Amino acid sequence: MATYLEFIQQNEERDGVRFSWNVWPSSRLEATRMVVPLACLLTPLRERPDLPPVQYEPVLCSRATCKAVLNPLCQVDYRAKLWACNFCFQRNQFPPAYAGISEVNQPAELMPQFSTIEYIVQRGPQTPLIFLYVVDTCLEEEDLQALKESLQMSLSLLPADALVGLITFGRMIQVHELSCEGISKSYVFRGTKDLTAKQIQDMLGLSRPAVPIQQGRPLQAPEQPVISSRFLQPVHKIDMNLTDLLGELQRDPWPVTQGKRPLRSTGVALSIAVGLLEGTFPNTGARIMLFTGGPPTQGPGMVVGDELKTPIRSWHDIEKDNARFMKKATKHYETLANRTATNGHCIDIYACALDQTGLLEMKCCANLTGGHMVMGDSFNTSLFKQTFQRVFNKGLNGEFRMAFGANLEVKTSRELKIAGAIGPCVSLNVKGPCVSENELGIGGTSQWKICGLDPCTTLAIYFEVVNQHNAPIPQGGRGAVQFVTQYQHSSTQKRIRVTTIARNWADAQSQLQHIEAAFDQEAAAVLMARLGVYRAESEEGPDVLRWLDRQLIRLCQKFGQYNKDDPNSFRLSESFSLYPQFMFHLRRSPFLQVFNNSPDESSYYRHHFARQDLTQSLIMIQPILYAYSFHGPPEPVLLDSSSILPDRILLMDTFFQIVIYLGETIAQWQKAGYQDMPEYENFKHLLQAPLDDAQEILQTRFPMPRYVHTEHGGSQARFLLSKVNPSQTHNNLYAWGQESGAPILTDDVSLQVFMDHLKKLAVSSAA
Amino acid sequence: MSVNQHTHAGPPYGQPQPGYQGYQQPAYGGQPLPGVPHTQYGAYNGPMPGYQQPVPPQGSVRALPTSGAPPPASGTSLPSGHQGYSQFGQGDVQNGIPTSTAPMQRPPASQPFLPGSAPAPVSQPSTFQQYGPPPSSVQQLSNHMAGMTIGSTSISAPPPAGLGYGPPTSVPPVSGSFSATGSGLYAPYTASQGPPPPSVPQGLPLAQPPFSGQPVPTQRLPTEVPGFAPPPSSTGIGPSSYPPSTGPHPGPPMSGLHGPPPPTHPPQPGYQMQQNGSFGQVRGPQPNYSGAYPGTPNYGSQPGPPPKRLDPDSIPSPQLNELPPQQKPRHRIDPDAIPSPIQVIEDDRSNRGSEPFVTGVRGQVPPLVTTNFLVEDQGNASPRYIRCTSYNIPCTSDMAKQSQVPLAAVIKPLATLPPEETLPYLVDHGESGPVRCNRCKAYMCPFMQFIEGGRRFQCCFCSCVTEVPAHYFQHLDHTGKRVDFYDRPELSLGSYEFLATVDYCKNNKFPSPPAFIFMIDVSYNAVKSGLVRLICEELKSILDYLPREGNMEESAIRVGFVTYNKVLHFYNVKSSLAQPQMMVVSDVADMFVPLLDGFLVNVNESRTVIASLLDQIPEMFADTRETETVFGPVIQAGLEALKAAECAGKLFIFHTSLPIAEAPGKLKNRDDKKLINTDKEKTLFQPQTSFYSNLAKDCVAQGCCVDLFLFPNQYLDVATLGVVTYQTGGSIYKYAYFQLETDQDRFLNDLRRDVQKEVGFDAVMRVRTSTGIRATDFFGAFYMSNTTDVEMAGLDCDKTITVEFKHDDKLSEDSGALLQCALLYTSCAGQRRLRIHNLSLNCCTQLADLYRNCETDTLINYLAKYAYRGVLNSPVKAVRDSLINQCAQILACYRKNCASPSSAGQLILPECMKLLPVYLNCVLKSDVLQPGPEVTTDDRAYIRQLVTSMDVAETNVFFYPRLLPLTKADVDSDSLPAAIRNSEERLSKGDIYLLENGLNIFVWVGVNVQQALIQNLFGVSSFSQISSTLSTLPVLENPFSKKVRSIIDMLHLQRSRYMKLIIVKQEDKLEMLFKHFLVEDKSLTGGASYVDFLCHMHKEIRQLLS
Repeated sequence: MATYLEFIQQNEERDGVRFSWNVWPSSRLEATRMVVPLACLLTPLRERPDLPPVQYEPVLCSRATCKAVLNPLCQVDYRAKLWACNFCFQRNQFPPAYAGISEVNQPAELMPQFSTIEYIVQRGPQTPLIFLYVVDTCLEEEDLQALKESLQMSLSLLPADALVGLITFGRMIQVHELSCEGISKSYVFRGTKDLTAKQIQDMLGLSRPAVPIQQGRPLQAPEQPVISSRFLQPVHKIDMNLTDLLGELQRDPWPVTQGKRPLRSTGVALSIAVGLLEGTFPNTGARIMLFTGGPPTQGPGMVVGDELKTPIRSWHDIEKDNARFMKKATKHYETLANRTATNGHCIDIYACALDQTGLLEMKCCANLTGGHMVMGDSFNTSLFKQTFQRVFNKGLNGEFRMAFGANLEVKTSRELKIAGAIGPCVSLNVKGPCVSENELGIGGTSQWKICGLDPCTTLAIYFEVVNQHNAPIPQGGRGAVQFVTQYQHSSTQKRIRVTTIARNWADAQSQLQHIEAAFDQEAAAVLMARLGVYRAESEEGPDVLRWLDRQLIRLCQKFGQYNKDDPNSFRLSESFSLYPQFMFHLRRSPFLQVFNNSPDESSYYRHHFARQDLTQSLIMIQPILYAYSFHGPPEPVLLDSSSILPDRILLMDTFFQIVIYLGETIAQWQKAGYQDMPEYENFKHLLQAPLDDAQEILQTRFPMPRYVHTEHGGSQARFLLSKVNPSQTHNNLYAWGQESGAPILTDDVSLQVFMDHLKKLAVSSAA
Repeated sequence: MSVNQHTHAGPPYGQPQPGYQGYQQPAYGGQPLPGVPHTQYGAYNGPMPGYQQPVPPQGSVRALPTSGAPPPASGTSLPSGHQGYSQFGQGDVQNGIPTSTAPMQRPPASQPFLPGSAPAPVSQPSTFQQYGPPPSSVQQLSNHMAGMTIGSTSISAPPPAGLGYGPPTSVPPVSGSFSATGSGLYAPYTASQGPPPPSVPQGLPLAQPPFSGQPVPTQRLPTEVPGFAPPPSSTGIGPSSYPPSTGPHPGPPMSGLHGPPPPTHPPQPGYQMQQNGSFGQVRGPQPNYSGAYPGTPNYGSQPGPPPKRLDPDSIPSPQLNELPPQQKPRHRIDPDAIPSPIQVIEDDRSNRGSEPFVTGVRGQVPPLVTTNFLVEDQGNASPRYIRCTSYNIPCTSDMAKQSQVPLAAVIKPLATLPPEETLPYLVDHGESGPVRCNRCKAYMCPFMQFIEGGRRFQCCFCSCVTEVPAHYFQHLDHTGKRVDFYDRPELSLGSYEFLATVDYCKNNKFPSPPAFIFMIDVSYNAVKSGLVRLICEELKSILDYLPREGNMEESAIRVGFVTYNKVLHFYNVKSSLAQPQMMVVSDVADMFVPLLDGFLVNVNESRTVIASLLDQIPEMFADTRETETVFGPVIQAGLEALKAAECAGKLFIFHTSLPIAEAPGKLKNRDDKKLINTDKEKTLFQPQTSFYSNLAKDCVAQGCCVDLFLFPNQYLDVATLGVVTYQTGGSIYKYAYFQLETDQDRFLNDLRRDVQKEVGFDAVMRVRTSTGIRATDFFGAFYMSNTTDVEMAGLDCDKTITVEFKHDDKLSEDSGALLQCALLYTSCAGQRRLRIHNLSLNCCTQLADLYRNCETDTLINYLAKYAYRGVLNSPVKAVRDSLINQCAQILACYRKNCASPSSAGQLILPECMKLLPVYLNCVLKSDVLQPGPEVTTDDRAYIRQLVTSMDVAETNVFFYPRLLPLTKADVDSDSLPAAIRNSEERLSKGDIYLLENGLNIFVWVGVNVQQALIQNLFGVSSFSQISSTLSTLPVLENPFSKKVRSIIDMLHLQRSRYMKLIIVKQEDKLEMLFKHFLVEDKSLTGGASYVDFLCHMHKEIRQLLS
């Protein structure tokens, strides 16, 4: 197995791809019996410091329906200067520039180590990146101040030639003109009225004027850029200006009477931002960055009324169909999101408030466009400040870790079809021979648009084996998949990254063990989880859980070794051993459980779950728990209540939270101040160790996790207690009769009980 | 005579009379004509008495006339006799009738009208007669329209007269013109002349008396406008014969008509003669005169006169006398013989200008608006606040209907008072608010009757008894007056203010101080013309002069700024900002205000930011190429801003073009001259969309007043754009083809004044009246949501509301009729107040009293407003006809019921209404009712709205412009030169004249003006070098220039708008425009001349009578 693990890891590093199955069942029937679909997690822009991009255009298969990119899997006839497409078998001439190739003089794309290769192409004019800040001014003074500072600071982080724009909103929406001297100008819109893109452009004076024929002034050419850039200016030109402008930003001046929420026109503000970019810079990389401190309370996209006595919708309300504004608001934001996606722009949402801010309704804006979603309590927290700063982090090459307007195309060899994708993308509705009729996720297409992405952005792509059972694949035949991602690099270059992978086919009847051994349970868990979360967005929670359970049981039935009706005989091979545990935690995770989470929180969690790479996703499903004690070096321990011991410090990483938990004894020691005594320096070190580790995680994680430092009995210990497997509860504590661990006050089943049930069901002949 | 005089008002009219007197008696000097004349009149009086008698006060005279049914009614009432004549002044008529003589006089005059033709040679005599009569009734200068009649009826009419006259005279004179008719008439006259003396005397006396009466207020009533016929009569006579004598009365000629000499004029006969003479185209008749005259010393004195008299033309002006009578057109009625506004004004001025007008007495007729007088408030509101068409109201609606005299009050609640007069006191009745009647809610006023020892008071309007609140209780003295009578303005004064309590405030919240929002069009036109820069420059300084209350340190008014073209730009000028911020609202379809804090600011706090803004606005838009504008959204924006700030306020909108940009309230160019004189003409006055009316409603509800400054280069549909302004109590200013050099002064002065003038906001006015009459109709710039409350978002010191009353029951003579106008408003400091004006009027059972207490200027104000409103719904022609008809009925009623019997051919006008025809003609000829080809649709709509808010003084000068011979000005005194009548023939080629009508000032330069004068005034050496594009006179250091400029400055001070100065050179193109304002002449657009119109009126009256 080590070999497979290595293989998987190697592949992931080289290509950014992890398949659920690394040996593919060769027929449709068998594939469906595998329970976990053939699918992969693709990280299109995975950082590859070792991959120098090539400066020419890719060579494409000449068949109009194929257009696959020349890759190492193609058969090449060096003498005839021909190559055969490995997807459609079309024979193609090399272009003239390739006249000199030979076995020893191969272009990069033919070398096996370049199964992933990146091309830099020169197409069209390069437009600078665009950052449009959409800022809520209905904030508390402190919050607004903090936000203003963050925004001012961000100006220094932007690429110097980037265009920036500013829209502020409260009861009204102001689009600030940045080019003016003296008087600062802004265009104001009311927050209650939705405007079409055309109206917005007209009102902003962006529509190409019907060229009033003015005598004596035939010069129109030079004006146009001026017009379109009134609201978007290169940061180096106006950063002083904009800094001042931000500095002068006032809280929304409209009075808010007691018992009311401020009127916040987020919906229209966003609509204007979208309309503005749509009119001026369609199809160039642009980020709309929405900073909001509360729910939209008026106009299209309003989520809650301005009466404070009416609370914002909860899951309870939604279940009872009692959320008045939700459907309409959601629709509004969806429309916006789709328009934005069409234009290749992305929307980030930075929502900081103690209450909900309507992320549930707005989620699609970020989800469909690949934007970020950040949720915090206040703009005046390091969580927001650092997260925001991290948006502008630079990668290994000193390049911004962001890319825009990606178009991901997937090509498959004949035996495969594409069922769909799940991730921060929208369908481009490109039908083709390799598109399956069965949809999983966003299907019905072989191309998706990912408007904003970074090196971590990961899509789940689902396939369907279509090869018929009676048409066996020749021995040694391999299935191939090619991912072609065209995108705008942060340097504004247009680039194309091509990844071509191939896997062996195997007959599931005769070679099941091969397939079984090549199962990537981590990838499979994430892929199944994505499917589950995807379903959860549209289906009732219990249904999704039931579906997941059934899949799990079926998988166990298929791959477990057991005697019928004897649960005790049940065994799973190593490559499946962790899978049930992942599913157990997934079932309890906030991605599927809404209890104790607000709709906004659920949306937030799901948003991140649908875009993070495998490692992060696994952390989200099953948080990592480290223990620090005098008994040895720090070690990962079971995410189980039994791991909570008085003399341990625990560090839990759930992706969204970093929790440091001091066991009862440790806490007492700390209170007693031992750490300050020279003779107990080791205790001081012990206390420090998890802090250092946490810091390390905090440094790299995006978004910045909530950092919780608590102790036994502390109120925030709930973060830990809610995650661990409740192996000890108030119900079974005495039965277990152990002193160790901490009982969890819950009625949830523990992993042990879950496994027992699973075994029982898996072996049941009745199933 | 005396009687008449007493009757009050008379004075103005009376004065004219003097003229007559003058003539009659000793000639001019004569007015005073002590002995002699008197005697003469006396004679007349004798006869006349009947007429005059009616007026009790006048006493003697009226009394006499048996007819005098209504003794008080003054001569007018003269029933029987008058009826026939009714049209004419009573007196004369009567005279005429009774005696052949009287008629005769008139006839001549009349003749001209009718046929315009043949002046009866003899007629002269008739004129005399007329005079005769006039004296009697003084008031009514009845004209014996014999002449008139002639014209019209020709023979028929004449006959009577003729008969009378005929016999006496020789009147053969009938000039050809009169020809048949005339001649006939004249003949009679002549004849009459002869006889007149005897008989005439009576008649004459009456007529004259009125004149004489002038001195006395009473006379007014009667003023019979000898006008028509008479004109010739008195005037004619006077002049001719008197030329010399005229001296005394500047207006003599005119006066002649009116001018009933002192009551005493016994010698009427002589007058009659004269009159006749005046008419007398009849040269021939002269002899008669002479004959007649002989009697009078005056005449005698002048040898020439007699003959001249005969010649109507000669009569007019002294100068004319010198001319050979014959040369004059025969057929004309002597313009000098018809009632002269100038004369009336002058007379009133001299009679009533010196004494303060004390308002203590019920039903007193105040001096004319053209007279400078001080007012002492002793329980009735000053005429500066309220003027009525009549100060004596018929007791019953039947009477009112019969007379057709509209009962209306012209109210200017916030009128500015001269510094000598005290502003209304502010009364605070404490937390419970002003004391009011329980039932009708009338406010405590001097007419409330305290009873039961002061524990209760009885309402003077509805008679309901109300408990006096404890805190207000006060004991009564032995006369039933409260002891604190003189301590409390509301008990002793006609006008005062109450401090309103919170109950009187919107939403039960005391208002915030109001705000001014300046909204500037920055489209291409406005920028290019330099307007934007000009406004911004001006605003910088003008903001320091915002109105403030009393002695407050700084104005409480906040200001805001908006610029706009197709979109609106709001400015944040909060004091804490280093730079103003501009906020553009392009969503004009759904206007809103983008900011709250920082939009409306205190000037002092935000001074630097505002200055910076005003500096930058012209720069920012310097390169604009936006030509389209919006308008509706602009008002909406202002409205929304005030709403958001929860205050009332005023928008100053500076706008240049038809709002064609896509937005609510978008307009089309629908100007179509072809519609003029069609049934669809009215659409030009109607707004083309209801959008603005609806908007106006909202504005009124918020107290958002809109002042509009328009700078059109083409049609911009004032009728529609002005709707909101109009209904919110705002003002429109229009500067067509605005040019910086020529119009900037005018605009800036208007702007300054408009910004600085006192103004109240969010006003509601209600007029309460005694039971019996009721305010039924309202004219002015306001909005009414029900039938009683006049709502005005803003009300400034120039805005006037005309209120019409109708009977709904009977009034009693004893209690009279009371008006209480209560205006609830927010002062410029945000204080909520009630301003109360009370006025008590007499009631009468005799029509004569009504006619004797009328005020023509006010009447014209009402009629003009009525007509101008009428054009919205009826064809202009119908409006004009109904105006004429109504006036004819008024005059016919007088003739029928009040004037002494006289020839039907005689035009007899009540003294108080003797100017009605001339003024009415001016109204009829005005641009709105009879546009010339060069008058734009916008001008008409503009004028229409303008007039609707005018007060009496403004309408007076607007319709009958003031024409001053500048060259006659006395450079050493402060006074203005005596005005002359608005007729081209009064202009001399060698003089320079100034004409003003409240909107424009024309300086007309004759071709033969001395070079020195031209040099002095214009700084150029010759007539041809005078630039007609000057908008101001050059400042030159010489007495004449200084004088002229000081006159112009003085005029500007008197008017609420800065008048445009136009230099007109005789025989230059612009002269056409100028001539348009010579309202006594026939206008190019078909408007009748005064004389012609008088004839026409006479005809109408006669038709009504027959």
